[in-house]
Amino acid sequence: MAEAHPVGFQWVMEAKARGATLIHVDPRFSRTSAMADLHVPIRAGSDIAFLGGLVRYVLENERYFREYVLNYTNAPVILTEEFADTEDLNGVFSGLDRERRAYDFKTWRYQGEEGWADGADGIGPEELLQVRQAARGEVHGSGGAAAHPVPDTDPTLQHPRCVFQVLKRHFARYTPEMVAQVTGVPEHVFRQVAELITQNSGPDKTTAFVYSVGWTQHTVGVQYIRTAAILQSLLGNMGRPGGGIMALRGHASIQGSTDIPTLFDLLPGYLPMPHVHSNDDLDTYVAAEKTDKGFKANTREYLVSLLKAWWGEAATADSDFCYDYLPRLTGSHGTYDTVLEQINGNCRGYFLFGQNPAVGSANARMQRLGMANLDWLVVRDMVLIESATFWQNGPEIETGELRTEDIRTEVFFLPAAAHTEKNGSFTNTQRMLQWHHQAVEPAGDARSDLWFTYHLGSRIQAKLAASSDEMDEPVQQLTWDYPVAGPLDEPDAEAVLTEINGRDRRGRPLSSYTQLKSDGSTTCGCWIYCGARAGGVNQTARRKPGREQSWVAPEWGWAWPANRRILYNRASADPDGRPWSDRKALVWWDADKGKWTGHDVPDFIADRPPSYRPPDDARGVDAISGIDPFVMQSDGKAWLFAPAGLVDGPLPAHYEPQESPLSNPLYAQQHNPVRQILEHPEDRFEPSGSQPGSEVFPYVTTTYRLTEHHTAGGMSRFLPYLAELQPAMFCEVSPELAAERGLEHMGWATIVTARAAIEARVMVTRRMTPLSLDGRRIHQIGLPWHWGPNGYTTGDAANELAHMSLDPNVHIQEVKAMTCDIRPGRRPRGPELRDLVRQYQQRAGITGQTGTEL
Amino acid sequence: MSTAADVTAAGLDPAALAGYEGHPPRMGFFTDTSVCIGCKACEVACKEWNSVPEDGLQLTGMSYDNSVSLNASTWRHVAFIEQIGHGPPDATADGAHSVDGAVDAAQPDAPRWLMASDVCKHCTEAACLDVCPTGALIRTEFGTVVVQDDICNGCGYCVPACPFGVIGRRESDGGAHKCTLCYDRLGDGLTPACAKACPTESIQFGPVDELRERAQQRVSELHENGTDSARLYLQDPGDGIGGGGAFFLLLDEPEVYGLPPDPVVTTRDLPRMWRHVATAAGGLAATAVAACLGWRGSQR
Amino acid sequence: MSGRSPRDEEFSDMARYGPGEPRDSAEQVVASKVRPDSYYGRAVIKEPVWSSPEIPGYLFLGGLAGASSVLAACAQATGNRELARAAKTGATVAIGLSLAALVKDLGRPVRFLNMLRVFKVTSPMNIGSWLVSGYTPTAAVAAASALTGRMPRVGAAASGAAAVLGAGVATYTAALVTDTAVPAWHEGHREMPYLFAGSAASAAGGLGMLAVGQPAAAQAVRFAVLGSAAELTAKSLLLQRLGDVGQPYRSGLAGKLMETAEVLTAAGLTGAVLGGRNRAAAAVSGAALVTASALTRFGIFFAGRTSARDPAYTVAPQQQRLQEAAATGAG
Repeated sequence: MAEAHPVGFQWVMEAKARGATLIHVDPRFSRTSAMADLHVPIRAGSDIAFLGGLVRYVLENERYFREYVLNYTNAPVILTEEFADTEDLNGVFSGLDRERRAYDFKTWRYQGEEGWADGADGIGPEELLQVRQAARGEVHGSGGAAAHPVPDTDPTLQHPRCVFQVLKRHFARYTPEMVAQVTGVPEHVFRQVAELITQNSGPDKTTAFVYSVGWTQHTVGVQYIRTAAILQSLLGNMGRPGGGIMALRGHASIQGSTDIPTLFDLLPGYLPMPHVHSNDDLDTYVAAEKTDKGFKANTREYLVSLLKAWWGEAATADSDFCYDYLPRLTGSHGTYDTVLEQINGNCRGYFLFGQNPAVGSANARMQRLGMANLDWLVVRDMVLIESATFWQNGPEIETGELRTEDIRTEVFFLPAAAHTEKNGSFTNTQRMLQWHHQAVEPAGDARSDLWFTYHLGSRIQAKLAASSDEMDEPVQQLTWDYPVAGPLDEPDAEAVLTEINGRDRRGRPLSSYTQLKSDGSTTCGCWIYCGARAGGVNQTARRKPGREQSWVAPEWGWAWPANRRILYNRASADPDGRPWSDRKALVWWDADKGKWTGHDVPDFIADRPPSYRPPDDARGVDAISGIDPFVMQSDGKAWLFAPAGLVDGPLPAHYEPQESPLSNPLYAQQHNPVRQILEHPEDRFEPSGSQPGSEVFPYVTTTYRLTEHHTAGGMSRFLPYLAELQPAMFCEVSPELAAERGLEHMGWATIVTARAAIEARVMVTRRMTPLSLDGRRIHQIGLPWHWGPNGYTTGDAANELAHMSLDPNVHIQEVKAMTCDIRPGRRPRGPELRDLVRQYQQRAGITGQTGTEL
Repeated sequence: MSTAADVTAAGLDPAALAGYEGHPPRMGFFTDTSVCIGCKACEVACKEWNSVPEDGLQLTGMSYDNSVSLNASTWRHVAFIEQIGHGPPDATADGAHSVDGAVDAAQPDAPRWLMASDVCKHCTEAACLDVCPTGALIRTEFGTVVVQDDICNGCGYCVPACPFGVIGRRESDGGAHKCTLCYDRLGDGLTPACAKACPTESIQFGPVDELRERAQQRVSELHENGTDSARLYLQDPGDGIGGGGAFFLLLDEPEVYGLPPDPVVTTRDLPRMWRHVATAAGGLAATAVAACLGWRGSQR
Repeated sequence: MSGRSPRDEEFSDMARYGPGEPRDSAEQVVASKVRPDSYYGRAVIKEPVWSSPEIPGYLFLGGLAGASSVLAACAQATGNRELARAAKTGATVAIGLSLAALVKDLGRPVRFLNMLRVFKVTSPMNIGSWLVSGYTPTAAVAAASALTGRMPRVGAAASGAAAVLGAGVATYTAALVTDTAVPAWHEGHREMPYLFAGSAASAAGGLGMLAVGQPAAAQAVRFAVLGSAAELTAKSLLLQRLGDVGQPYRSGLAGKLMETAEVLTAAGLTGAVLGGRNRAAAAVSGAALVTASALTRFGIFFAGRTSARDPAYTVAPQQQRLQEAAATGAG
């Protein structure tokens, strides 16, 4: 966090100053480790084993927060008889369609939950596969429509099929010895961590987990988070101050870019994008996506308000509120799928807004091959990033595989304004929106993204105005009328924010998503952002200093939803509505006033007493009981076992990364059986574990950031002041590895995978530690991923080495754990570079099949 | 010429000694390196504010330090010192590292990665200022030391005079440059750029005597928590430079950070130097007289 | 964490790198190091930015000029007009070259007059600027008068002034170099003025031996002998005081220069004393002495640079001082 979020890290330092203990689990000793009380070097790709070991420790030693677990999690819930765990099936779960490589969730349900609709009913297995691929999994993060809001439970937690017992059995093999075997973390260190976190959790104390892409960028990335969620739920840390799991994101507003999404599978506010097979009209969509319990019950209100915001007067009950104007998914349209379609010639155009896939995306080579096959490419950025110049100076030009004059892609480079040159908001990782104000006009031709998008849309609307083609109606009827001002006709960003916030029938800004209606009388561009302009005031621009308000500081910026700072904070009070302890009081039930109150905005129905128990036929918000803190879940509980929502398992299991030097010590199943593999001759995988040829790539490599640079380098490599701080691409290796491979400090090394070979200077440092596990020594190589051929400081991009085997839930690439070889000296130039890669492929016996087994 | 005694007598108020009447309190930095996260925001903020040129794209291999040292074009420099256990990792040491023995006191070779943002010390007794022949280097009303760029003729005398190797001469414009403690910002009641940018308040800015108290408290706090290696550097007005307007909390010996362990301003020996120069000059004259006495050259 | 002992013998820089060995070798350096007494072997202070040959050249020429003026005045007073004339001319040429070298060495030469903005006793360079500013015209007038025979009284006054200022010019440069943090210079601040004065006298005398024959040269010879003796004594005392910090004077380029200077001084002295009236021998000896003085200044200059570069020279004596203080404090 100190490396990638130095400004945010000040709060960690503040906590440390107040006595917090800081544990840093990471393959390398980074600047974060330097501030930590304990650094735990871990094998990249083995965190589920580590966290699973902690889960087991908590269960075996009865260190869980029992009252919390009993009342606020689904521990007592009894699962269907059909469920079979990895313990029963050699490392996979019941419901695996081996041929189609997908799970059917039916056997993961609660006992008696037959009518559970997950958008899959009534469609065939092929379509089901496409639905799964379209990331429908994450739709179910809020659970399907539960027929029985109150499932069968065993409050004694003894029933062999209750979640608690299933959990115990599932994690039984994650012993401290096994943890050491898999992760390289010595047993006594593991126990130290276990003791620290268990001692620091409970009514009086809470422990927080912080993670970033070191957890997400794996083929089992989402399951990493799940394991942490199980752990934190067992320890009673969710929804409590100083607890929880904080996801650090990689850019200033990437949270905003999933809230108002640039993701193919989501509409604003995490409403799912409709799928061609399962969501034919609005009613079907709502039936599939809403839940009977909880706030997702109001899906119709959110979607209709969104459609009204977008299509205004055209969106009426008669036109199904223009639901048909929404695009439909036919499968996975993730960025890596898109690259394949570009290479195949199906995707002909590409917009890159502040994005540099030629350096920043996995298998950078394929990114460029895709770009070289387009009709047109628009790059909007502040500098000439590699994605704009690939046709001129990309690695394929150097190897001779592509010739500039043969690349047909017409590349448009449009200079972009910086954040200081425009108004707008950032949404940071705490879900907090902060407005930023324009300080200067952009220079020359530079324009903001808002300007570009708005004026492009205006011109397209104008061109289509006379058309009578049905296909053009969605564009013709879009509300596209933001006021513009200033010398550049800049659209008013606050007007956009107001549209996002939502308006009532009289055009007044709304203040809460509970005001949204399904009759078309309200508009709202993003239901979770409703309230950001409450009272016509830009709440996100508030800057009341912390010392002038409570420790929650609600008057700095505005957090979604409803300026609630900690989600599920009902869980910070016991079943009777009293805080678990005084020092950890956050919200509580005020019996006199008959409402929830506290330091934070309560994440609960304001006047629902803790004692409320819904009648059996209650639906929607009425079905939420007084002890259902997890209001977005269909059963109101934290899910230790996830009956729906994830496509690769209701429980996390340790699988080895796509490329690993080890055979999975825990199960016969080596890899995530339903990981998404993109097969292509340019995307070859290496053999793993005991497969022949894996010894050709014996070292684990992981990519990461340096504080001095920013992601794919567009905002740092071109600036002298940053470039001089880290002026060259380097790899980090231990002295032991350096000795083994003849690497010299500050010399050159070539790192090779089945995809590519890059060169880097060598940093020999004891901050990289060889790990002892599986009876041998495992070396790890660290690779910063910031470099490319353009800018003040240039170098090879680490992402040349990466492959496209993705997490199946969210389609994220596994760049945090791969295997490679390393050798001293610079890499070959010209065609010899590809020869080298081919040689390695041959030595390892790599074919199109390698690594693609289930 | 003011002597050490004069300085002490002036209550270590270098601004008063320089002739300012009714001047603001002496301002400076307390850099608490125990909370430095090595982010280098200070280096960048300083260069941005002061338009200091980029000075070298060279990967040094000195851990994450590619700025190397303070000089005419680097006015904040973050040092990195890796102190990682030196036993073989698969012997008794076992790959786990911990810092601050409160948690893991049994670990003998607890690894450390020291990070420290170095800066001009704005000495109470400033050698650079003393030796500057043009009067370009002056003491400001805030007690800081700054170079007047329009007077400096680049003689370079200040460069070897500084006991910390701070000030340098910039090749591109021939002048001597160093940290100004953001003199232009102080004038408007603002915080220097580096202190403003530092996310963990490793760089603290304020009146020097207030900072000194704070520093004392911080050291005591660290000692209580078992960090015995914490110590203050250049905070003592009784030291060889009369104390620094910018002083530090270090977690190891100064020389580990590239700082002199016991710096003394060269000016303290200057009276003696002049005496010997005078004697030598007189001796030269006497020698010439002796050499010419009794010369019989006009007679053959 | 538990307190650790401040110094780890195994990693003492002095033991590992030795004094006088700059840490810029290409050995495999691991970024992690445990407890060295330096920061990656980098210098603690900054070496002078002054360039060679300008500044060591100036040290030599300034000394030569100043001492020549002193000699010239005494020669004049004792009626040795030949030597006086030669010495005055030599002084003027030398100081003329000096000025050029000094201005050239400035980072911003056009601003050389800024040296005279202030009169500042804490700055030997400032005092030196005033000295040289006063000395140069007096030396020139004295030489002009001596060469043309015109205005003898003005010339005599100028000579006197040049002698007084010249003594300053020849010796203030010792304060100039020692009033820095450069270890090999600063630690020798007591002896350096005598070394400089002696070297200057030796050079001035040698120049006289080169320029004029006997009997005029006799005064120059005596001046040179006395000067060399003083110089050698001062140097010996300086090196003794410096101890380990004097190593830069004994090794590397500086060491060679100092050694050669000593040999040339010895040769020059021998030739001066034994050469009798042999003009050629005197000239060669004179040249040797002049060269020796130049080499000495260059040697001192380079020794200073070396001592600045190696952190051990700054750190070790300070560490020792702290230890001694602690010992006496505890005792």
